[in-house]
Amino acid sequence: MIELQDISKSFGADVVALKHVSFTVAENEFFTLLGPSGCGKTTLLRIIAGFEFTDSGDVLLDGGDIAQLPPEKRPVNTVFQNYALFPHMNVLQNVAFGMEMRGIERVEAADSARRMLSQVMLDDFAERFPAQLSGGQQQRVALARALINRPRVLLLDEPLSALDFKLRKTMRIELKRLQRDTGITFIFVTHDQEEALALSDRIAVMRDGEVRQIGAPMDVYEKPADRFVADFIGETNFLAGRVEAGGGDGTGDGAGDSTGGDSSRVNSLRVTLGDGSTVTARSQNANAADLRGAVTLAIRPERVALSAAATPGGVAGAIDEVVYQGNTTRYQITLQSGDRIAALETNAAAATAQFAAGDRVGARFEPQSLWVLQE
Amino acid sequence: MPGFGAWTWVFYIFLYLPLVILVVFSFNAGRSATVWSGFSLDWYARAFGNESIQRATVNSLIVAFSAMTAATVLALLAALALMRGRRFRGGTVFRVTLLAPLMIPEIVTAVATLTFFSALGMQLGLFNVFIAHTVFCIPFAYLPIAARLSNLDESLECAARDLYAGAWRAFRRVTLPLAMPGIAAGAMLAFIISLDDFVITLMVADAGSTTLPVYIFGMVRMGTSPEINAVSTALLAVTTVIIVFHYYLSNSAKNRP
Ligand SMILES: Nc1ncnc2c1ncn2[C@@H]1O[C@H](COP(=O)(O)OP(=O)(O)OP(=O)(O)O)[C@@H](O)[C@H]1O
Ligand SMILES: [Mg+2]
Repeated sequence: MIELQDISKSFGADVVALKHVSFTVAENEFFTLLGPSGCGKTTLLRIIAGFEFTDSGDVLLDGGDIAQLPPEKRPVNTVFQNYALFPHMNVLQNVAFGMEMRGIERVEAADSARRMLSQVMLDDFAERFPAQLSGGQQQRVALARALINRPRVLLLDEPLSALDFKLRKTMRIELKRLQRDTGITFIFVTHDQEEALALSDRIAVMRDGEVRQIGAPMDVYEKPADRFVADFIGETNFLAGRVEAGGGDGTGDGAGDSTGGDSSRVNSLRVTLGDGSTVTARSQNANAADLRGAVTLAIRPERVALSAAATPGGVAGAIDEVVYQGNTTRYQITLQSGDRIAALETNAAAATAQFAAGDRVGARFEPQSLWVLQE
Repeated sequence: MPGFGAWTWVFYIFLYLPLVILVVFSFNAGRSATVWSGFSLDWYARAFGNESIQRATVNSLIVAFSAMTAATVLALLAALALMRGRRFRGGTVFRVTLLAPLMIPEIVTAVATLTFFSALGMQLGLFNVFIAHTVFCIPFAYLPIAARLSNLDESLECAARDLYAGAWRAFRRVTLPLAMPGIAAGAMLAFIISLDDFVITLMVADAGSTTLPVYIFGMVRMGTSPEINAVSTALLAVTTVIIVFHYYLSNSAKNRP
């Protein structure tokens, strides 16, 4: 429905904000742009909204090029990072502003605005001014002011970042509900990976003006495209390994791959770690059988299973540090190969830590959880 | 530090005592500027009945209102161009030169303006005064407007455009009302500056377009009289009212988001 084709944008001679960004957002989708500060998320939103022009590339909405239209001619609305509510208008006037500008009768616009306000649970605040509202209430006014116009696309620039932790979690649920109720396509910007995972249908992970990976939350978490994505989304251990000749055994283990379910092929292969032990890992590479030489393996701390040193099938290592965190316990481990990893164990039953610093342990990695990164 | 308090008192006495004396003796029944002989409004009656003073007052008000209007409009346009539009080459030079008249000695500006007008052969009486006043009022009107605009969140304008308002309507409905306290403050400042101006007006004004300060100066040269005190007190009162209003306005503007 909205399609960005090969968008590039620079500010001046040396600031490159966006490099060849392309993606398509589907009707009714909750699409998230996720990335660290300065990676070009706001710039991308401003381009879609019409506040910024591209150096090259096209912005298509329902198949038509909108890149040359001014903001007021685009069926797109924005929830600004600082809300940008009009301080000299009350809540009702703020919400009705868009309809009024589109030439809708004042009375009718006010009626719709009241209905919209009750949808965001602000019925009693219509006559207040923005300065008289809490952060969460201002946030909801900003949402109502944009949603009342039923835009084809709603752009949200870090709408939750100004709220405190508790409110952020509440607003998250509300945001998702509003998106489902209204059926409007959301393009949501955040640098909070937890927020992105919880809300999105799909996530585009950005870095330095480039899109590094686009996928469903489970895909970007389970099958990160590269080291940056693996590191940025959640916590990841990296292990150095080698694939020997004939290490890739094609789809042999792939049949047992339980996290599949999408069309992309996942293969498994044998990888030798630094201490000579071998493990089975998965790879997105269509031709895993051809993969040779040095690779990096990624595994999440919560997927590392620890056992007593004697247990066979584990990679040997020693515990450096134990941190008890209530519902979980965190272990820092140095493997025999020299790799340092973290392991997170859930304290589902016993109240005692299983291992102490200095203990020799075996770390087991399930083949489904060991992921070969493409360098 | 002992002594500081005393010096402050000295300062206040030198600043305000002459003004107090002027105001008090404008209500004196007698002619003397030193001996009090009872309360009376006679001098006010005489001053307001004086046709020359009436003409000078009308001139002053015409010039002040028109110069205020023109200077404020021009200052607003300049402020919008400098604070809002795309950064353009020479923007900084423009900003500095716009404010330079505040620091150029007034007598220099006065002589230059006079020379300029006579070189052009421009002898339009009050209109000459209006032009000269508009020019030196612009920087005074500009400062509060620019200060207000620079405090305005630019995303408010973006929000208006985003909500289907064209550039002009976004300006009318959002930028202009939010800039209003600054505009009003700038206008008042321009009004006072024009109303009180003496040096430039003295040079530029011909016999028919004398303003009140220039007329008062002429009267003083013939010797002080309580009539002058009365006119000066009236001028002082008008200025004070505007300053108080201006102060109130800029304070309430600061307290608003
Ligand atoms: N108007 C501008 N002039 C010059 N450089 C700019 C401008 N706007 C953005 N940039 C630069 O472009 C890059 C991307 O900025 P952008 O605001 O899109 O980042 P972001 O991903 O939204 O970051 P954040 O998470 O901090 O909001 C940054 O390096 C920024 O400094
Ligand atoms: Mg941003």
